Amino acid sequence: MQRIGVFVCHCGSNIAATVDVKKVVEMVAMEPGVVHAEDYQYMCSEAGQSLIAKAIQEKKLTGLVVCSCSPRMHETTFRKAAERAGLNPYMVEIANIREHCSWIHKDVEEATKKAVILARAAIAKVNLNTPLKPGESRVTKRALVIGGGIAGIQTALDIADAGYEVDIVEKTPSIGGRMSQLDKTFPTLDCSACILTPKMVEAAAHEKIKIYTYSEVEKVTGFVGDFTVDIRKKARSVNMDKCTGCGVCQEKCPSKKAPSEFNRGLNTRSAIYTPFAQAIPNVPVIDREHCIKFKTGKCGVCAKVCQAGAIDYDQKDEIVTEKYGAIVVATGFDTIKLDKYDEYAYSQSKDVITSLELERIMNAAGPTKGHLERLSDGKAPKEMVFIQCVGSRCSDDRGKSYCSKICCMYTAKHAMLIRDKYPDVNDTVFYIDVRTPGKNFDEFYRRAVEQYGVNYIKGQVGKVLPQPNGKLLVQGVDLLDNRQILKEADMVVLATAIEPNPDVRKIATMLTASIDTNNFLTEAHAKLRPVESPTAGIFLSGVCQGPKDIPETVAQAGAAAVKAIGLLAKDRLMTNPCTAQSDELLCNGCSTCANVCPYGAITYEERQVNDHGIREVRRVAVVNNALCQGCGACTVACPSGAMDLQGFSNRQIIAEVDAICR
Amino acid sequence: MNNVKKQTELIKEISGVNPLKCMKCGKCSASCPSFNEMDIKPHQFVSYIVNEDVEALVNSKSLWKCLSCFACVERCPRDVKPGKLIDAARQLVIRQRGETYLSPDEIPQLLDPEIPQQLLVSAFRKYRR
Amino acid sequence: MKYSYYPGCTLRTKAKKLDDYARASALALDIELEEIENWQCCGGVYPLGSDEIATKLSSVRALNEAKEKGQDLVTMCSACHHVIKRVNDDMKYVEDIRIRANNYMQLEEPYAGETTVIHFLEVLRDRVGFDELKKKVVNPLQGKKIGAYYGCLLLRPGKIMEFDNPENPTIMEDFIRAIGGEPVIYPYRNECCGGYISLKEKELSGSMCEKIMDSAEGFGAEMLITACPLCMYNLNSNGNGKLPVYYFTELLAEALGVKEEVTSL
Repeated sequence: MQRIGVFVCHCGSNIAATVDVKKVVEMVAMEPGVVHAEDYQYMCSEAGQSLIAKAIQEKKLTGLVVCSCSPRMHETTFRKAAERAGLNPYMVEIANIREHCSWIHKDVEEATKKAVILARAAIAKVNLNTPLKPGESRVTKRALVIGGGIAGIQTALDIADAGYEVDIVEKTPSIGGRMSQLDKTFPTLDCSACILTPKMVEAAAHEKIKIYTYSEVEKVTGFVGDFTVDIRKKARSVNMDKCTGCGVCQEKCPSKKAPSEFNRGLNTRSAIYTPFAQAIPNVPVIDREHCIKFKTGKCGVCAKVCQAGAIDYDQKDEIVTEKYGAIVVATGFDTIKLDKYDEYAYSQSKDVITSLELERIMNAAGPTKGHLERLSDGKAPKEMVFIQCVGSRCSDDRGKSYCSKICCMYTAKHAMLIRDKYPDVNDTVFYIDVRTPGKNFDEFYRRAVEQYGVNYIKGQVGKVLPQPNGKLLVQGVDLLDNRQILKEADMVVLATAIEPNPDVRKIATMLTASIDTNNFLTEAHAKLRPVESPTAGIFLSGVCQGPKDIPETVAQAGAAAVKAIGLLAKDRLMTNPCTAQSDELLCNGCSTCANVCPYGAITYEERQVNDHGIREVRRVAVVNNALCQGCGACTVACPSGAMDLQGFSNRQIIAEVDAICR
Repeated sequence: MNNVKKQTELIKEISGVNPLKCMKCGKCSASCPSFNEMDIKPHQFVSYIVNEDVEALVNSKSLWKCLSCFACVERCPRDVKPGKLIDAARQLVIRQRGETYLSPDEIPQLLDPEIPQQLLVSAFRKYRR
Repeated sequence: MKYSYYPGCTLRTKAKKLDDYARASALALDIELEEIENWQCCGGVYPLGSDEIATKLSSVRALNEAKEKGQDLVTMCSACHHVIKRVNDDMKYVEDIRIRANNYMQLEEPYAGETTVIHFLEVLRDRVGFDELKKKVVNPLQGKKIGAYYGCLLLRPGKIMEFDNPENPTIMEDFIRAIGGEPVIYPYRNECCGGYISLKEKELSGSMCEKIMDSAEGFGAEMLITACPLCMYNLNSNGNGKLPVYYFTELLAEALGVKEEVTSL
């Protein structure tokens, strides 16, 4: 028989205002096995933990039940307290009488009844608990960063500077990401390339960083501290060791009609290309879909002009397999497609553009060499109209429910930069709210209004009507004036909502990392663990977790690096002892458990068994405890009841159910 | 429940609109072809319901200026459907107060030989009980 | 191809041409339009009130008759199409309306939105196919520049009408191409003509129609086509008369070489 102590927490008034804690103490004291019960204002405090330690020693307790908040919050706290007092930590159970009881109920009598029932269930379980001992696993001291934008670069640099090896896997031919497409950055207006390219160079030159560009993560197995990852290096058709980056091949390539991804399709590039002049690595790739050699077999100009002999038409995709201790996801974002917003005439007029397209137009290396001009006729615009919240804050199925967060600031930036460079151009911004929470952000927006005379109109645009004379008639509303507005514009810029890179779904599935309805990766705790995925060993950096600007992305990238470093700094990790075990006498070797196991932790062995005196060799399931994550799928699937989960055995769970139904 | 409250609830019920979903972006008013004819503008319909100012709403000439073109319904990013709200207010006036925007006496002088039946039927449906 | 057909009141009188040309064209395309017996007026406007039942019953009767025949229900007039399609959507998805309407109707088997409502333009696009239509054209329109005027009722609300992209439709433009014309795209093609407002306020409808005409003319249109008798009336009687307006079925009949048969009737 266990000697169980029950500790009921008031959680200030969080629990005590709704649950009669004294009554709970009185009721649970009568439960089988309970030799001690008491309540305290804050059980998690130093004083509360001392009460627990004292009771363990004085009453020689063999098991604990703490009636408090969610085990996600303080299970570890109480397990550690028990361990310090000499009790096996797995002899502690939490009855969640806060989230599951006091917070969701109003009636004191009913809530108290429920709290007693929850406590009873936990007591019934502890009665069957056995001490468990965690195993150990090795930590591979290398990190993988998926995505080579500013988030991935910053995370990689921080991990590498701490002395650990980092690999960056980037899908496109160069690192740099979205930030490399931006012209200037708010709120300081420094040139994006000027602050990004040194970081790109630093990452490329760092002895601890290895960069796989034009590569994708193909397969992930293993677990925290010991991941095995297959990386597909897509055929570049250019030998990276031989190429000198002279650029002659790109100049001479006769196929120049491929839309430039880097310039958002506003102009074209050659079939052999680097995305932009400062690309890292400065080694081109051949886009086989547009290459004449690959399409017709005839051409080979690039191979002829390459002095280094670097062109290799026969190159094939290559799979590299590497081991990692930690994985950081930094897959970034894209702008949404605008096919559901045809009222803004984006698909009907070349002069209706997205803000990211405007970045390219404003950029000296962009399709218009930095001149602000209409893409339809090359004329300089006189009237610019900016429309905010295009596809953001929508509860219909056309757009995104969230605020994209960066648009208010970049629109102020665009309007300001245009007024600065072209003082005779007028800017009008249609907005719903101007959201500028950030250091020096509101001052920045006010400067656009006060110093640069940008005309901000509170209200949305209903429709953009292209006119026969090539102008765009913008039909909007001024809600403060209560007037409908018809404004003739030369160009219209849409602050298009951002969404996580669509590839993130595939990656999240490989990593078993959870994802929300908007495809943003979920953090382990919205406030307290914002850069960790609930899946151990997976960390989140940048917009893949939620909309953010560059300063926030860099801050989060650093935080993700610190968390990864904290993991890599350990030589060994304690593994969860709550893993599955197969009873070889009950197992009939049917393979059902192996088929449902998401971690590949179950294999089969021919084993000599002694079944009540009958000795024979049977095929039985064996669980690899290092791989098992304790999800319990096998215990439910097993038709013969051979599989059981330590710490959550079938007997324990039935005992809990019985206690509740009593 | 007092009368004003009852009528507010009735408008919400007839229209099936939850005015609290509105984020006041004004896209309805930016889209409305009758905007200049209306005294209470499409984006204001919701506030009249939220503030239970039914009297002003039902006396508004906007009731008779909405064309049921559904531009506001189509483009509303919050699925509020202002056009349904104003139509519910119109229903309330016609059903409960017996008011109309079209009397049989005035019809002869409105007719011209080209008028399609569809116009008369539609106008009767919208303007009278 | 055999369909139930709901012509609607106006197609019997002021918009007889819309109907006549449609029937002649259908014949030429081997489409059998079987007029529903004893159909009643749809009411012209869809009753928006969620508690209105009686005003929806005429549509339900037509819908149920098509269901009993096991046929899809073809409409020609934009307003009838709008009303019947939306009532059908109510019968399918709004339980309260379905129950109450069926209580009134006392049908042998309750009606629950089983019928497919399809506009004649959709028949041409989805059942005949514009490529097939093109093959049957004997008298192509020789590149005439034609502006499609959609108006409101065929397109909105997009989620229920499911006719085309409500902000950037293509069906009428594709139709124009199929019969040998050159479509002119102009931004007012899905803006309102004023609808029923023109009974009392001709000027208001007039200013809207002028914008439509000016925009279409500005982009080079020589004529407009429509599927709606009320749009036709407003554009012709209240607009500035800059462009002639035709029913789409008239051009179809012309292209198929059956227009003379109708005019000689």
